Amino acid sequence: MNRFWTILFLLVPILGVATFALAPVYGHWLPDDFSERGVNIDRLYYFILYLTGAVFVVTEVVMFWFMWKYDATKTDEPTKFTHGSHKLEIIWTIVPAATLLFIALYQMNAWADAKIDKPDMVPTCKVVARQFEWRIQYPGPDNELDTPDDIYAPPNEMHVPVNEEILIHLESDDVLHSFFLPNFRVKQDAVPGSMIPVWFRATEENEYDLVCAELCGWGHYKMKGRLTVESREEFDAWLADQARDNMATQETVSQDSEDQ
Amino acid sequence: MSATAVGAHGHADSQSMSIGKFLSTYVFSLDHKVIGIQFLFSTLLWFVVGGLLALGVRWQLAWPWEDMPVIGSMLYSAEGGQIAPEFYTMLFTMHASVMIFFVIIPILAGAFGNFLIPLMIGADDMAFPVLNMLSYWFMWPAFILMTLSFFVEGGASAAGWTSYPPLSAIAGAAPASNAGQSLWLLALIFVGISSMMGSVNYMTTIIQMRAPGMTMFRMPMTIWAMFITAILQAFALPVLTAALFMQYLDREFGTGFFVPSGYVVNNESVGAGGGQPLLWQHLFWFYSHPAVYIMILPAMGMVSDMIATFSRKPLFGYKPMVYSISGIAGLGFIVWGHHMFMSGMNPALGMTFMLSTMMIALPSAIKTFNWLGTIWGGKIHFTTPMLFSLAFVSMFIIGGLSGIFMAATPIDIFIHDTYFIVAHIHYVLFGGTAMAVFGGVYFWFPKMFGRMMNEAWGKVHFFLSFVFFNGTFFAMHILGAGGFPRRLADPYHYETFKHMQPLNQFITICAIGMGLSQLIFAGNIIYSLFWGPKCGRNPWKSNTLEWTTPSPPGHGNFDFQPIVYRGPYEYASPEVEEDYYLQTQPPPEGADAEQSTEDGH
Ligand SMILES: [Cu+2]
Ligand SMILES: [Cu+2]
Repeated sequence: MNRFWTILFLLVPILGVATFALAPVYGHWLPDDFSERGVNIDRLYYFILYLTGAVFVVTEVVMFWFMWKYDATKTDEPTKFTHGSHKLEIIWTIVPAATLLFIALYQMNAWADAKIDKPDMVPTCKVVARQFEWRIQYPGPDNELDTPDDIYAPPNEMHVPVNEEILIHLESDDVLHSFFLPNFRVKQDAVPGSMIPVWFRATEENEYDLVCAELCGWGHYKMKGRLTVESREEFDAWLADQARDNMATQETVSQDSEDQ
Repeated sequence: MSATAVGAHGHADSQSMSIGKFLSTYVFSLDHKVIGIQFLFSTLLWFVVGGLLALGVRWQLAWPWEDMPVIGSMLYSAEGGQIAPEFYTMLFTMHASVMIFFVIIPILAGAFGNFLIPLMIGADDMAFPVLNMLSYWFMWPAFILMTLSFFVEGGASAAGWTSYPPLSAIAGAAPASNAGQSLWLLALIFVGISSMMGSVNYMTTIIQMRAPGMTMFRMPMTIWAMFITAILQAFALPVLTAALFMQYLDREFGTGFFVPSGYVVNNESVGAGGGQPLLWQHLFWFYSHPAVYIMILPAMGMVSDMIATFSRKPLFGYKPMVYSISGIAGLGFIVWGHHMFMSGMNPALGMTFMLSTMMIALPSAIKTFNWLGTIWGGKIHFTTPMLFSLAFVSMFIIGGLSGIFMAATPIDIFIHDTYFIVAHIHYVLFGGTAMAVFGGVYFWFPKMFGRMMNEAWGKVHFFLSFVFFNGTFFAMHILGAGGFPRRLADPYHYETFKHMQPLNQFITICAIGMGLSQLIFAGNIIYSLFWGPKCGRNPWKSNTLEWTTPSPPGHGNFDFQPIVYRGPYEYASPEVEEDYYLQTQPPPEGADAEQSTEDGH
């Protein structure tokens, strides 16, 4: 029976590795990545995955091996009466410490790239999160946000041009939300009372999910937006359409108020 | 008054006496063992509640909006047996709140801490028995308030167990964020008071009440872990308590500590405002990160003791183990920002927190290597508590390693608030702590009740829990790698997550299996309480002081004055015939007195 338990513990690394190896085969893996900076993040992800994977397999197999070898009903070796080893303690303190320190330092550039070194440019748009939708607002001809000529997209519809740096001013109207673009490895909480810049660069034209990733109330699950990445021409044309639509609604609104 | 006062009303008197005696022995007892057992059974009952709430969450994720068979119509007749999204939000909020504040924290410190500390250090009770009793009875207002919150209008809290403002700080910001949220805050304040009383008591007891010869470096790891945990509680809890009061004031009196000005949430004006939502997150995590260690260190201590006992070999690297948990206590206070990498906190600060967080992985690594060192060259006995302890190590390796992903800030951008973190926390708190708790119950049950638990059923319980646990939570890493977000009532209307439903159904089936396996555990406890075979003082042939007392120990614990001659892990010592060497056993005559009084190495 003891062998049964020992093998059960050996199944942990075997099935663990198998799960990660087979998941992509069955279509379960990182969503496709269409951003420039996301590639870096994925590379770091794989780096840590392989590193921790190796440590995982080695420690679990060593544990299995000790369980197998030192099973009281099987072993005839005398118990090693020892309270520890200075040398080993030093080795297994310094080696992981150095590795962890290296991992931390190795991440710094990608982090700075994604969150600190903000591109110096006119913001592409402003995204305002509210229970339970995304409102997106583009600067008008004056190239400035929050001026009367701003262009408003329909709720939850966001368009950006492909292969260009995109800078977003992220705000919230009520509670916390989080602006999550799985395909671009972008995530940032929206905080009422603060404007937080978010930037990325999309490399492929398509439509993508925009997910709210911070609990914002009962309707959190349905706070879904769509991001369309398109060519510069298509984007400009779309923006012009929105400007025209805005104008039209404004006119009907002012007409309505005159009628009254 | 004395029992000799017999008179005409003697009969009535003796009856009220016996009721009084019953109350003072079993209900309002000052005996640390009774209090520990009270904590144990209360928390195990809440474990059932927390588990059922989790199964509700799992049901919705596997078969969203489908009627729950049988119980659905009873639970939510208003929605025709379906889980409404606001109800779902409440389910996961209350699952986490119950499990963390009513199960894990009180079962470790309250149940095991209370029962074991005086016994393992050779004291007759805690330093402050009345305070100890109060620490249990202050849990009851919390239990009652939390239970009540399910029945108030809008239901129990639904703002997440992290209770982030403004959602939580504004009455009416969410359905369920009315009275339910305020009751939640009050309940947690009571839990905090209870933990604080416990913590003061544990520190004093461990410092002041050790038996002669029990030096600090002769204390079992369980006691070291309880000691460090008590220190963490004492320094971190006041911050949480203050934050809870502030949020309560925000809600009830519009103080606006956490709410910026000029906002309208769900058609409710947020009042004066002028506050900062991130302030709450800083205060909350300043407590709740150390709380992660409050929820794992005692488990590590217990596992160290069980592994040494069943490897029949001294614990490998006792002092490095002690230093590493002390290191955790220090570092634990400067890593809280790793919960806030995406919060809008200054990203440069994120780098600092990444560094400190990476470094706090080190003590955990050292401990893991030392556990492996302990079983190396030993004689392993595969008892139920040992299997659970080995499972702790095996699962903690996974939980520890997956933490590195989140600590790495760029990767956290993608996996923050996804199922990756859900997998991580459950590997630490279920695969880790809950496994250690199961093991601890099997291990110390004989001491608590004088009877053994059934080994064969214990192993069945272990096997099913271990298999279903991994089935439930390992797959969540894969969901997390796919970006699958937490806390969504229906994730499948997103194109990115549509294909993940079958995997979620698999997870839910495993979760139901895991829930059902616990019936075996419950049955084993109840059966063994009454019909388990009686045991002697030291059924596991262990070294520590609690095993020198009768099972169960009487009032005052020891029927002799314990004097400690050596550390707790002298298994297979060449000094004696047997493969264990009680801490209280005087050294054989002629043995080198110098050597036998030396600590550690
Ligand atoms: Cu949301
Ligand atoms: Cu933390």
